Amino acid sequence: MIALGILLVLVLLLVVFGLLFRLQILTSIFSGSFTRDIGMSNRVNAILMLVFLIVGGAAFAWSFVDSYDKMNPPIASVHGYEMERLFWTTMIVIGIVFVLTQILLFWYSYKYQHQEGRRAFFFPHNNKIEIIWTVIPAIVMAALVFAGWKEWTKITGPAPKDAVVVEVMGKQFNWLVRYPGRDMKLGVVNYRLIDATNEFGFDLTDKNALDDFTAGEVHVPKGHPVLLKIRSRDVLHAVYMPHFRVQMYAVPGMPTKFWFTPTKTTDEMRAQLGKPDFNYELACNQICGRGHFAMKLNIVVDEPDDYVAWFAQQKSFSEQNPDVLAGFKQKTNKLVENEAAAPAAAAVVTPAANASL
Amino acid sequence: MAATNLPTNAQAQGGIGVTVPHTEHDEHHHDEHHEQHWLFKYVFSQDHKVIAKQFLITGIFWAILGGTLSSLFRLQLGWPESTFEWLSPFLGRWIEAGKLNPEFYLALVTMHGTIMVFFVLTAGLSGTFSNFLIPLQVGARDMASGFMNMLSYWFFFLSSIIMFTSLFLETGPASAGWTIYPPLSALPQAIPGSGMGMTMWLVSMALFIVSQLLGGVNYITTVINLRTRGMSMGKLPLTIWAFFLTAILGLLSFPVLFSAALLLIFDRSFGTSFFLSDIYIAGQALNHQGGSPILFQHLFWFLGHPEVYIVIMPAMGMVSEILATNARKPIFGYRAMIGSLLGISLLSFVVWAHHMFVTGMNPFLGSVFMFLTLIIAVPSAVKTFNWLATLWRGNIRFTTAMLFSIGFVSLFISGGLTGIILGNAALDIQMHNTYFVVAHFHLVMGSSAFFGLFAGVYHWFPKMFGRMMDEKLGYIHFWLTFLGVYLVFLPMHYVGIAGFPRRYYAWTGFDAFSQFADMNKFISIAAILAFFGQFIFIFNFFYSIFRGRRATENPWNSTTLEWTTPIVPGHGNWPGAIPAVYRWPYDYSKPGAAEDFIPQNVPYSQTQSSNLPYERDTAE
Repeated sequence: MIALGILLVLVLLLVVFGLLFRLQILTSIFSGSFTRDIGMSNRVNAILMLVFLIVGGAAFAWSFVDSYDKMNPPIASVHGYEMERLFWTTMIVIGIVFVLTQILLFWYSYKYQHQEGRRAFFFPHNNKIEIIWTVIPAIVMAALVFAGWKEWTKITGPAPKDAVVVEVMGKQFNWLVRYPGRDMKLGVVNYRLIDATNEFGFDLTDKNALDDFTAGEVHVPKGHPVLLKIRSRDVLHAVYMPHFRVQMYAVPGMPTKFWFTPTKTTDEMRAQLGKPDFNYELACNQICGRGHFAMKLNIVVDEPDDYVAWFAQQKSFSEQNPDVLAGFKQKTNKLVENEAAAPAAAAVVTPAANASL
Repeated sequence: MAATNLPTNAQAQGGIGVTVPHTEHDEHHHDEHHEQHWLFKYVFSQDHKVIAKQFLITGIFWAILGGTLSSLFRLQLGWPESTFEWLSPFLGRWIEAGKLNPEFYLALVTMHGTIMVFFVLTAGLSGTFSNFLIPLQVGARDMASGFMNMLSYWFFFLSSIIMFTSLFLETGPASAGWTIYPPLSALPQAIPGSGMGMTMWLVSMALFIVSQLLGGVNYITTVINLRTRGMSMGKLPLTIWAFFLTAILGLLSFPVLFSAALLLIFDRSFGTSFFLSDIYIAGQALNHQGGSPILFQHLFWFLGHPEVYIVIMPAMGMVSEILATNARKPIFGYRAMIGSLLGISLLSFVVWAHHMFVTGMNPFLGSVFMFLTLIIAVPSAVKTFNWLATLWRGNIRFTTAMLFSIGFVSLFISGGLTGIILGNAALDIQMHNTYFVVAHFHLVMGSSAFFGLFAGVYHWFPKMFGRMMDEKLGYIHFWLTFLGVYLVFLPMHYVGIAGFPRRYYAWTGFDAFSQFADMNKFISIAAILAFFGQFIFIFNFFYSIFRGRRATENPWNSTTLEWTTPIVPGHGNWPGAIPAVYRWPYDYSKPGAAEDFIPQNVPYSQTQSSNLPYERDTAE
């Protein structure tokens, strides 16, 4: 009933608008302005151009200043500060161009509005001016490219050898986290070994995998380089950590990586922001399906000592899942038995198989 | 058409200008025209003007639909906590317990992107104006092949039907984003839209590409071969240069999208592994191995990036033309304008991987693409400065088309400048896939291209339908839209700088994205109001077709050839011989001339008082 009422009101409104429109046309025919080439409206539009520039410009400036604090996520990584500087430097450069060109555009539109009896200035080209405004942008661009390139190569360069290694794996619709354990080596994973318990696809026949452990959140030490290894096991995802200025796709079949150095512990950031329940977050930033918007992982930046303590407490995956480990042992035993049962082949294969264990 | 076309062109070599010798051939031509069955005159027409209108009206239909979809997801983004029970009469089971289904949300953004980029701004914009203006402005009776041109529209129509039908599938239309990155787009287990919806998307796009190629070959051939006498490449209006280069871009890049689509079809249906590897999904390890999802992105963006120039260059061309006409001044730096179009066209092929800085691509490749990407800002800057210089000391008439052209320049500046940030690989690490990107491309290619489209429609409407659109409604439409666009997309940059990811159904789960709830509401309100403002245009458009003020032959006192045709040109465009061209298209306010414009078909011998030292008739 209400919907019908709204519909009726809308229809009536449209009819009213239609009638007003007809009326306006008829009056303009009688007043003669209907066929006039350039009337008052030209002046009105010219003034509106100026109004738009002034009011719009002021509103933009106000809203920008008003939102400035909200739009700057706090920074918590070394390269984040440099990136921030580059970002706002570039913003100032383009801001200057923006302001100048918009002012000229609207000012010219107002100033050079049609005037009876005036003729436009026949000015088809001027090589000198054109060369100047080709060369200047080229120089500015070259400078920006250079600054960006320096930053980019630094950020994407090889991680320091002593970096803490953490691996995250994206899946629909959450993140899995893996640490290399005490041997500091990540073991082999294989997507064909994935099941409900072995979500990462640990290959426990690889001895590097035996002490690897998984975690519900990422812990990293403050002030120490962290090498984030990134995988996906189904569709594309992207690791996005806005506070650390980190982003990298998670690609099935192609492990990727990104390294950074956190500069503030979670506690320090909580104190700085005055938000006791603040957490660093990792968001998925590549469309991946129904739960894309909810793929969140918490990152905890610890003081180095706390990190070491946390690390020491973790139990490896194989320790926590003895039956999975037993399954792998059984499989390899069976493999060895089979080979033993086939004496002709065994002579050649067994030593090699044993060696690989 | 080609057969009748060539002789008439050749015949134009003889009698030229104002006198109209009606030869036998012309009579024959017109008889043919009158005998046409309505079905071939209005539906399966080979007349480029009718085909242009078909593209335009189909484009308008798609634009309404694309806009409606965006209003729906803006509702969700503005009011993530609300229930939308009241939408269930329209959306049916996509409203689950009062909430918009998150998968349907993704379908909405996917289809909005697909529709707007391809169906509205490629087919609707370039299809309409390349078709309408190329023969009229180069002085040809029709396209090189009217039949292929007709096929181009009907392939587009078929493609439209398939895409439209896919909206009503039970599993929903394609939902993997308009960039359809596999594996998400390849696996129905990953998202239901990747089932039948994606199949139909791919089939529809394959047909769409066929349509683009048929059209493109025709545009290029017509511009190269069917220019009237005297119309050298250096005398072409900038519109034609823009359409010409756009067609070349399309011809060289759309086949690459076709190959990507084809390989994706193989992966989806025939078990190949071009883009798939090491996937465990829905409790199952798939057999695909060795493929690369990144390869797809390279192929996609090899089209995808030129595509944004395919969208914007026709708008640039039309805006150049309209600014010059209504400022009553020659376009500043005609040759620089052509040069910058050429520069943009060339560079557009070597910047595609700037969409992929953080995909895991080799960082060195990132450096190269950053360098090439930022270079493209130079020709774009030259164009902007030249537009500004065109306005300087002009005598500006604010027709609706002129307003939209000025709006175009403003939006192009605002959106283009942020490209300098996104093209910088280091900064893209933070900005990639955030609302900063969304704001950037909606301004620079979405809104500006729409403004170019509106400018074109308002400007050439009199030649299309023989009537004028209502100026007052046009003014209201312009100011509402202009204001609306800025209110939507400027604040969106703030949301983007804060790092809000795109294609999120809601940000409420994240502490990092908890601010700006009010801003998102504001953006939604502005977007929906701006969308409703477009109905003023739709009303004006259809009303004016039937009841608009009658147009004169050359209502804007313009110099180009289309305004030398009758008010409503028939099939063949000029009743008599095709006029020859003697001068460039921008002789506005020439000192010494009687009027403030000299059409291209007026010989220098008739304008002795205004001729510059080097200007003599060379087309005799």
